This record gives sequence, C-alpha cells and structure tokens, in this order.
Amino acid sequence: MEQKEKTPLLAVRHLSISFTQYKRWWRREEQQAIRDLSLEVGAGEMVAVVGSSGSGKSLLAHGVMGLLPYNASWEGDIFYKGEPLTEERLKKLRGREIVLVPQGASYLNPLMTTGEQVRQGARDRESRRQCREALERYGLGEETESLYPFQLSGGMARRVMIAAAVQRKPCLVIADEPTPGLHLEAAKRVLSHFREMAEEGAGVLLITHDLELALLTADRIVVFYAGTNLEEAWAGDFTQEEQLRHPYTRALFRGMPKNGFQAAAGAQPYGDNLPEGCVYEPRCPWRQEQCRQPVPYRQLRGGRVRCWRDI
Amino acid sequence: MIRQKKGWNQRLFLLCCAGIFIAALLGITAAGAMWEEKALQTDFSRKNMAPCIQYPFGTDWMGRDMFIRTITGLSLSIRLGLFTAVISAGIGAVIGVSAIMGKWVDGVMGCMIDLVMGIPHMLLLILISFAVGRGFWGVAVGISLTHWTSLARLLRAEALQLKESPYVAIARKLGKGWGYIAGKHMAPHLLPQLLVGTVLLFPHAILHEAGITFLGFGLSPEQPAIGVILSESMGHLMMGRWWLALFPGALLAAVVMMFHVIGNTVAGVLNPKQAHS
Amino acid sequence: MRGCSHRGLGRFLAGKCVRMAVLVLLVSFSAFMLVSLSPVDPLTANVGQTALGSMSPEQIARLEAYWGVGTPPIRRFISWAGDFFRGEMGTSLLYRRPVALVIQERLANSLGLMAAAWLISGGLGFGLGIWAGAKKGGMADRILCFYGLIMASTPGFWLALMLLMIFAVRLQWLPVGFGVPVGVEAEAVTLADRFRHAILPAAALSLTSISSIMLHTREKMIQVMESDYVLYARARGESFRRIVWRHGLPNVMLPALTLQFGAVSEIFGGSVLVEQVFSYPGLGQAAVTAGLGGDVPLLLGITVISAWIVFGGNMTADLLCAAIDPRLRQAQRKGQTS
Repeated sequence: MEQKEKTPLLAVRHLSISFTQYKRWWRREEQQAIRDLSLEVGAGEMVAVVGSSGSGKSLLAHGVMGLLPYNASWEGDIFYKGEPLTEERLKKLRGREIVLVPQGASYLNPLMTTGEQVRQGARDRESRRQCREALERYGLGEETESLYPFQLSGGMARRVMIAAAVQRKPCLVIADEPTPGLHLEAAKRVLSHFREMAEEGAGVLLITHDLELALLTADRIVVFYAGTNLEEAWAGDFTQEEQLRHPYTRALFRGMPKNGFQAAAGAQPYGDNLPEGCVYEPRCPWRQEQCRQPVPYRQLRGGRVRCWRDI
Repeated sequence: MIRQKKGWNQRLFLLCCAGIFIAALLGITAAGAMWEEKALQTDFSRKNMAPCIQYPFGTDWMGRDMFIRTITGLSLSIRLGLFTAVISAGIGAVIGVSAIMGKWVDGVMGCMIDLVMGIPHMLLLILISFAVGRGFWGVAVGISLTHWTSLARLLRAEALQLKESPYVAIARKLGKGWGYIAGKHMAPHLLPQLLVGTVLLFPHAILHEAGITFLGFGLSPEQPAIGVILSESMGHLMMGRWWLALFPGALLAAVVMMFHVIGNTVAGVLNPKQAHS
Repeated sequence: MRGCSHRGLGRFLAGKCVRMAVLVLLVSFSAFMLVSLSPVDPLTANVGQTALGSMSPEQIARLEAYWGVGTPPIRRFISWAGDFFRGEMGTSLLYRRPVALVIQERLANSLGLMAAAWLISGGLGFGLGIWAGAKKGGMADRILCFYGLIMASTPGFWLALMLLMIFAVRLQWLPVGFGVPVGVEAEAVTLADRFRHAILPAAALSLTSISSIMLHTREKMIQVMESDYVLYARARGESFRRIVWRHGLPNVMLPALTLQFGAVSEIFGGSVLVEQVFSYPGLGQAAVTAGLGGDVPLLLGITVISAWIVFGGNMTADLLCAAIDPRLRQAQRKGQTS
C-alpha cells in the first residue's frame, strides 16, 4: 500500500554480490558476500543498516555506487527515483546527487591538502567560498584546508568528508561506517550531522555496526546478518523485545548494555559456508525443519522479516 | 543465480605453462649434460655453415655444431644458476632473518646489504672474480655473494613484522622459546617467501653468469658457456655470420623467460594476496 | 617555524651525508680487501715474468717494497686511502697515466651514455607503467607486460649485439663501435659524430632498462587504482583522466623516483657490458680492461667513484621524496631524522 503512494528515493531489490577467488592452485571459488538483499530509502528519511563487522555491509554501499572491485559480480535491481540505476545514470549522479561518505582518512589522497580535496581541485572563488562554508558548518577552521590527511584526527577526517558531501547538496547520502574509532560524543555529533541532512530532505543510508548509535538517529533499522537482511524495523520497535520480528534482532536487543548484555551463542557464518536456508538457523532457538529451505522476506507488523514464524 | 561468465582461468593457464617450461628446462639441462663431449667436437669439413636442416643453428669457424654448443652452454648456465641462486638465497635468508636478533645485529646486517648494493653489480662481480682468480669459481662465488640483497631485505621486513605481530607476542607471554616460535609461527610465513624469492633469483643469476663470462672473467674459453659463445661470435659478426650470435642469445633469453614465468606463477599461487581472479 | 624547518632539513642532510661517507669508506675497504685476496702476484702481473728473471735480488726487493708485498693489507689500505683522500689515486698500470685522469676522461664518455639511458628508460618506463597500470588487463597492458617480460629476460649485451648486427653491419646506418670515428684526429671530431656513436649503445641500454621501472610503476599504479582514495574519488564523480592525473601520478611518483635513482647501479652494470660490445671508451670498458689486466689502482678507483655515484643517486632520491612527501616533510620539521 505504502509503496504505491510514493516511489522511494532508493530501492534495492534482491541484490546479490559475489566474488570469484582462487583457492588452492587453480581452483576458483565463488564467495557470496551479499545474498538477496532488499531495502528502501525515502527522501527525508534515515535508514540504518546494522550488522556486525565483516558481514559485507560496505559492499552494499559500493554496490549502490557502482564501485565494486573488478572480480565482483552482482545481480538484482537498484532503482533511484523510480528508475533503474544504470552505469550511465550513475556516471552523471555520482558525487552530485548521490554521495558517499566513507569510513576514514584512508579515503583521502595522502599527498593532497584537505582543502584541495574538498574542492576537488577547483581554484575559483566560488568553490573556495563553498568549501569554506561547508567546513565552517562542521566546525573546521580555515587552517584545516592546508592540512594533509595524516594530520587530521579521525573525527576531523570524517567531518571533512561530510563537508565534501554536503557542499554538493545531495539527494541521497550513503554513509559507510562513519563512527568507529570515535569516542561517544564525537560519534553522536557525526551522526547528528547526517540527521540534519535527512531533515533537509535528503535520503540517508547509514551503514554501521553500532545498533545503539543507529537507534539514536535513524528512522528505520535494517538488520543485516551474514550477507542478507533479516528484519526491517522502526527505531521505535526497539523499545520492547516483543515488537521485534526476528530471533536474531531479539538476540541483538538482549545484547545491548541497557538490556543486560546477554550475548547469543554461536558465530556468524561467512562467505563460503552459508546455510542453504535461513542463515540464522544454526543459532536459532526456534529452528524447525522448514528453516532449511530459503525463507521469503515478508511483511509483518508494519516492518518486514525473513522468518517463517510470527513471533 | 549469479550473473557471471566463467571465463578464462588465468591461473590454470599459467600453471600449465610453468609445467611445460619446467619439462623443457629439465630437457635442456639433461641434453646439454650428455652432449658435453660432442659440443667440443671440431670438424673442419663443415665450418661456417649457415643454419640448415642438419645444423639448425649453423656451425662455427671450427666446424662445431652451434645447436649442440648452445644447448650445452644453456645446460651449464642452468646448473650454475640453480647452484648459485640456492646459495644466494641461503645467505639472504640467514642475513634477513637474523634481523630479529636485535637492533645491533640488524644494523650490521643492514649495513652489509647497503654495502653490497653500493657497488654496481657487474663491478662487484669483476672484483670478486679478480679476487678469486677468475674461472668457474670466480663466477660461482661472485654470483652467490652478490644476489642475496633484495631477498634479504624482503625477508628482513617480513621477519620484523612477524616479530611484532600479536600472536608472536602472545606466544612469548606464554613462555614459548624462540625456537618454538620460529618453527611454529615464522617458518610458515617465511618459507613460501623464500621459495618464491629463490625461484625469482634464477633469471638474474643466469643473466649475470652469461654477462660476466661474456666479459672474459668467467668460464674459460674451452668451456661451452653461452657467454663464451657470444663473445667469440663478436669477431665473426662483421663477416655476416649472424647465426653465431642470434640463436644462442635468443635461446638464452627464452630460458630466462621460462624461469621468470615459473617464478611469477609460483609467486601467484603461494601469495594469498593475489587470490583474485 | 621556518628556521626550525631549516634546522630539521640541515640535520637530515648532514645525517645522510655522514651515512654516505661511511658507506663509501666501507666500500673502499671491502674492495681493497677483495683485490688483496687475489692470487695474482703484483710483481708478475705488473713487471712481467721475464723482466723479473733478469733483475737482481735488490731490485726485486725494492719493487716488492713498492708494491707492498709483505706489508699487511690493513696498513696498505690506510696508506692507499690516505693518498686517495688527498686526490692521489695512483697510476694506472695499463694506461701508464694517473688513475684520476683516466677516470675523468672515461667518465665524461660514459656519463652521457648513462644519463641518456637513465632519462629515456625512466621517462618511458614511468609513462608506460602508468598507462598499463591504469588500464589493467587492457590490450595495452598485455602488450606492455609481454614486452617487459621479454626485456627482463634479454641479456643487454646480446640486444646490443643484435642492434650492432642490424643497424651497423647490415644496414650500415650507424657506426659499428668506438666513441669517435676511427682515424680522425681528436680536434676534428664533431659533436654530431659523438652523438652518432652513442645512439646504439644508448638504445641497447635504454631498451633493457625500461622493463624494471615500467613493471614496478605498473604494480604501484594498480595498487593506487585499487586504493580507498581512488574509490572515493570515483564515488565523487571524478573522471578517469582526472583520477590518473591527480591521484595516480603523484602517488606513484615517489616510489618510482626511489626506484629509478636506485637503478643507477643497474645502468652502470649494463653499461659495462654494452660498452664492451661497442668498444665504447667509457668507464665500464675501463673497468673490464683493468679487471682482466690486473690494474688494481684503476679498478679500485673505478669502484670508489661508482660507489659515490650509486650512493649519490640514492641520496638524491631520499631528498626528493623528503621534499615532495608531506609526511616526510613533517617528520623533518620535528627533527626525526633516521
């Protein structure tokens, strides 16, 4: 119903990404990093994809931007403003309407000053003014412009990249792990900047491993596990365990410090030994025979879930 | 389900090439070793013949069959190259890995590396050959003593990194001895590097052997070495006897290229960083 | 701030110079010890067996004292090094002239050759390496990789022989050898003559030297193109050309400079062989002659000079990198010399 009313800004449908790698000698193996992932981001909305490190979340960002490494292949559909996001469209949109805010200082050219990188080499007065304004907005003084990336602190590097993104007045912001390595206050501040962008009308896709921080700012949470999404919930659903739809999300909920830090047993499966059916089946307390078959992603209580049971 | 062309398996192709090349090199080495007598056979009834079916590489001014001389020379080069490369790799391993024994030892070893690299390679070969008194041992000692530097640097960096790595630190905390750590944690990382490094030394060793012999410092003129063949051919080029230089040199280049391909393939298969397609 | 930075740079320079001087001293010492090891008897080599036979024991004793027979090598080294330091490099036994003069003359001939080969191989190798690495897997990359593999496998002196055979013997476009036309008086030799004689040796030297810098630049370029910052630049919509120009080139430049200045040693080694093929009267050929003829003073002189050149090349690379790389610049400002 909801989807008919408004086409989402970004819609990812059944995205799968895999890599070809050489194993021993000449045998090649396909490693599936993302399997059958779907999500939507509306204008003015902040959606957080939450998953533990190493679960392939960054690839989602790179996949949407069309920047996968050469040995990767992907399948599925990506729509932007209702139309397929093709390579040609991406070429026009990248860095203008769709911007990426990457993880840290390693994404800045080590031999170029910050100012030059924010301006992307432009020297004219107008770009200088824009750059100045954008940096100013995030509390970065004029001296920042002449610093090299290795001279920036982690928080500064992120703010620089946020400034670089904002000065383009983007429609869609993809933020890839913007918080690791920052202390709590700095991390909150960085996330609040993304919230501001959403308030100004941009769609924000936040990719993070930190559920608690995501809950502070995001509208919706997409729970990412072993290369796929298990649940899509409203941030408000995380007030009560019963409102959550998937056993893994509930385990995450119980794992949060304020809910008693109870960690679930077992570990996340990786790349080449993913189960055929539900990826959470090996660890799930409610598992049954049915779970060994592929599970559809279905609507439940205003969100979506990849589980047979209504819990 | 996955949209992907299976495509060309580069690695399988390289491994096949490497296999064929190893067989070819073994063949040349064996054939050359067998023909050593024949290579010196002179026959003045067939001198200065251009390449033909009977003598594919032609004959020289003493009626020696250039094909047999070339193969014998290559065989000698390969054997000498293997021998010196292995010794050089051994020196490189000892000097490189000894860097972990402390700052002082590391400093001395680093200085030795700089020292050897400070004299141009060819000049150092000339000096060592002069010191040893030329001949076979001049070349063998010279090449063994000069080729270990880059491998030593590589292993040094790798060993120092391993020494600082968390799992070695944990093993130390657990009270394990250095012997245990070297065997259990370092060897599995360093041995593949050493192997690749050794194979990649062969081409250099062979080229330098040919070069120093060509200059007249290496193997004596009686020996059927490639360098000797090429330096003798210099005197006959003016008379248009192009085959004396063309084929032996081209075959030498081919042998060196085979070693390069084998080395790169081994490096690709053993190096986990190059696992992409 | 400025004065501070100058002091840091000064300290950095001084440290490098001291290190270089120590290394050259060590090189001289090792080279001296190596030639002292030689089983070649200095008297027999320099005076000749027959001449020795006709001399009186007193004369032989005097000569032995002159050549230092019986003196420990360390003492001989100290006296040799002391002379060398004062610019007195001894007399070449083969050329019967002061070593310094021989080296000066030979170096003048070689320097042009080596500089040409160094510039050509460096410039072309860098450019082609950038091209191949930026378009990894493309047609140009495949062709260049194959060329690199072939050139890395080809002995430089054989390539020189082939060039000689084709362009000098067959086509007769260029002279077969020597630095100047044979039979022409020194004053009559024009610069054009010298140039024509240097073309083939320089070509042989350049063609084989390209491969290492090219393949190395390609590797680095591939790393840069797969780096996070290039990914980010692509995400920001920068065009391929701009990425290569703004991100690729500067980041590949530093390792390429270090490698190419380090390649001075390889080019010197190559020139030894190539000069031999073309009978080119350069330093390399002199080294071969000295080695074969047992001319110890000349051999030692050439070794020390070439060590200066090699270390000088390395130091230039260090200085250039320190001047270009902002990370190193800051390290110097703080005075963290290494």
